[in-house]
Amino acid sequence: MFETLILMLDATMRVSTPLIFAALAGLYSERAGIVDIGLEGKILGSAFAAAAAAAVFGSAWIGLCFGILASVGLAMIHGFACITHRGDHIVSGVAINTIVAGLTVTLSMHWFGMGGQTPALVGDARFLDITFPFADAMESVPIIGQIYSNLLSGHNILVYLAFIMVPVTYWVIYKTRFGLRLRAVGENPHAVDTAGISVSFIRYRALIICGILCGLAGAYLSTAHNAGFLKDMSAGKGYMALAALIFGKWRPVPVLLACLLFGFLDAVAVRMQGVVIPGIGEVPVQAIEVLPYVLTVLLLAGFIGKAIGPKAIGRPYVKERA
Amino acid sequence: MPYAIELRDISKRFGAVQANKDICLQVPAGTIHGIIGENGAGKSTLMSIIYGFYEADTGHIEVDGKRVDIRSSQDAINAGIGMVHQHFMLVENFSVLENVILGAEGGAVLKNGIGAARIELQRLAHEYSLDIDVDAIVEELPVGLQQRVEILKALYRGARILILDEPTGVLTPQEADHLFRILKALKDQGVTVLLITHKLREIMASTDNVSVMRQGEMVAHRETAHTSKEDLAELMVGKKVRLTVDKDEAQPSEVLLSAQNLSQFDSQGVKRLKNVSLELRAGEILGIAGVSGNGQSELLNVLSGITSMDEGEIHFAGQVITAKAPKDAAQMRDLKMAHVPEDRHKMGLVTGFEAYEAAVLGYHNSPVYNGKILMNRKVMLDECNERMAAWDVRPPNPHLKTANFSGGNQQKIVIAREVEQNPEVLLIGQPTRGVDIGAIENIHEQIVKLRDSGKAILLVSVELDEIMALSDRIIVMFDGAVVGELDAKDADERTLGLMMANAYNEEQEGVSA
Repeated sequence: MFETLILMLDATMRVSTPLIFAALAGLYSERAGIVDIGLEGKILGSAFAAAAAAAVFGSAWIGLCFGILASVGLAMIHGFACITHRGDHIVSGVAINTIVAGLTVTLSMHWFGMGGQTPALVGDARFLDITFPFADAMESVPIIGQIYSNLLSGHNILVYLAFIMVPVTYWVIYKTRFGLRLRAVGENPHAVDTAGISVSFIRYRALIICGILCGLAGAYLSTAHNAGFLKDMSAGKGYMALAALIFGKWRPVPVLLACLLFGFLDAVAVRMQGVVIPGIGEVPVQAIEVLPYVLTVLLLAGFIGKAIGPKAIGRPYVKERA
Repeated sequence: MPYAIELRDISKRFGAVQANKDICLQVPAGTIHGIIGENGAGKSTLMSIIYGFYEADTGHIEVDGKRVDIRSSQDAINAGIGMVHQHFMLVENFSVLENVILGAEGGAVLKNGIGAARIELQRLAHEYSLDIDVDAIVEELPVGLQQRVEILKALYRGARILILDEPTGVLTPQEADHLFRILKALKDQGVTVLLITHKLREIMASTDNVSVMRQGEMVAHRETAHTSKEDLAELMVGKKVRLTVDKDEAQPSEVLLSAQNLSQFDSQGVKRLKNVSLELRAGEILGIAGVSGNGQSELLNVLSGITSMDEGEIHFAGQVITAKAPKDAAQMRDLKMAHVPEDRHKMGLVTGFEAYEAAVLGYHNSPVYNGKILMNRKVMLDECNERMAAWDVRPPNPHLKTANFSGGNQQKIVIAREVEQNPEVLLIGQPTRGVDIGAIENIHEQIVKLRDSGKAILLVSVELDEIMALSDRIIVMFDGAVVGELDAKDADERTLGLMMANAYNEEQEGVSA
């Protein structure tokens, strides 16, 4: 029983990683007042760029750089549309998602001719699991040893990075000058402008961070969690991250918990495949896969109270003509 | 001694509109200088130029005798200029401290800056008697204190010149008095204050010098001690104006509308309207006074049928309207109740519509304007032309988009639309908000004329002068409830002000004790 739990939690960590990256990415963007429904597209774009570059150069790190580059590029397009030209954030985000969904497959066919996939990544072209010191020796120690060697040890570096990013984000958002200005710009950009700070510059910087984090999420999917790019491999993770962001009320630690909950449900879904429950029969996987979304709707509908987002979110900043 | 701030030949043009033309202004250090003018006279544009929101087309600014180049708010702050905006520039869910240090954090990590700021704020609070709890969340503070945060923000940045743009619009008379005491204290400490307002009373009460703007130009500079309200009012509009309304004694007759115990809750379950009862008689103007946001808007919405009450009932035109048997705004219109909403942009007009289209809104289903299938444009246009002539709407062009008329002319279009339907009851909210003095006179006359023809008028206004000039009877609202009612003859500013702050009874008790 305990071993099963450890295995499920282990899976939860792996599945949650891209959610955590993406939800934190959304946190920076939305706290600065930019709605980011384009998380999905950025993840997918980065997944493709990372896998393609890793395949060509044979290095996961170079792949990661390309993934981040692609994702930041997409974030800048979003910024150009929403900040510079005051476009509608949703329209721009959906456009990015649509373009990326088509472009990744098309480019992949053109470059690799493998039906929309990239070549399978082997060796250094993937992020490999890191085994902590003495993990093997500790395995025999009950509970603590099992947690150490089976749950904490044996993940790739991006998993650890995702978890480290949560306290880092907390610190940046609440304890630094940049964080104060970022939060202010999402609440009342006029206050920031009259304080002599450029609203656009802060929002662009928030989007760059958003791009980097989405880049990490995408690279994780294609060069760490899997070994190559598959068509539509982001599979709604961007939207799920957005749900976790709202669920966690735009605050780093609750957002982490929401991501872990969603990841756990996902792990359960995998585990429940083909399991026959007495009296009910085989549970359709879809019924469990839908749980995160159902949960978000239900919880937002009444159990956790109103989710009040940043006040100026989605509204382009226009200097008022007095 | 050089001037604290001097403007030389500042001009600014927005497209076809010359917002500022060759503005010159000299403000001696350590004085309170008033700038007065009608809405749209260019005061706010000028201040935005000084604060770096806009760049002037020509001209330049000198601070302490040195020419400064102000291209952004940051430049203005560096030059020692601080601004308290009409709409506060505060982040509402931040603490006072966070708001004050925003933009002047003193380092990339907040920790060090916050400690220093706390000490500095205590010093400022002590020096200028601006006491405030620095850890309070701004949205939980009353507006008077929020304004104090704005002043502290400017002083914290080392402002020696403080600009206040229409600072008393949201304050009760008592809060405003407090503000002026603060400004005097600032002046005593050598701070130069620029006070922008359209309220003559404030200029007379608090400034050392005053400059008058009209249509983008600086038309006069006066020492406050050597001028008068009438003199300034004349300079503002360029002709003699009356600040009172000529009207005969009201002849109220039968009750046209009565409301009993109206209550309404908002979406959070907070009671916004608390057991309001009133009677409105034919041939009278009933004024509702109160600081903005004390239930007046909710009352107007319930009476006009835009929202439904949760408790209570309205008797009107032989009908009983309750929460169970509501009537919507269109049905109320059919019963001959007209409504000029408080916010003409949000509720009174579709700003993208041409004037003749906006002039039938709410009555657009009337057979007068409709053929069998299409609307009858000719009737609409003819009628619009007639009304524009009768109400002196400028420019008299029915095809101009309503957004392109000035505030006063937009308001005339709205009021004409409602009044010309010959209603029995007219609900009118903030009839002269953002309207210049010439048009105010015209609108006031029309309201009195409607009263004299035996109609009932419910007037909601946050302008005490307007309430006192127009009303026959005055009801004061505070926190959703009626806290006082008096005959207009017995009303004075002090009594109303105390009632608006719900301090009247306390004061009376204090006197008797």
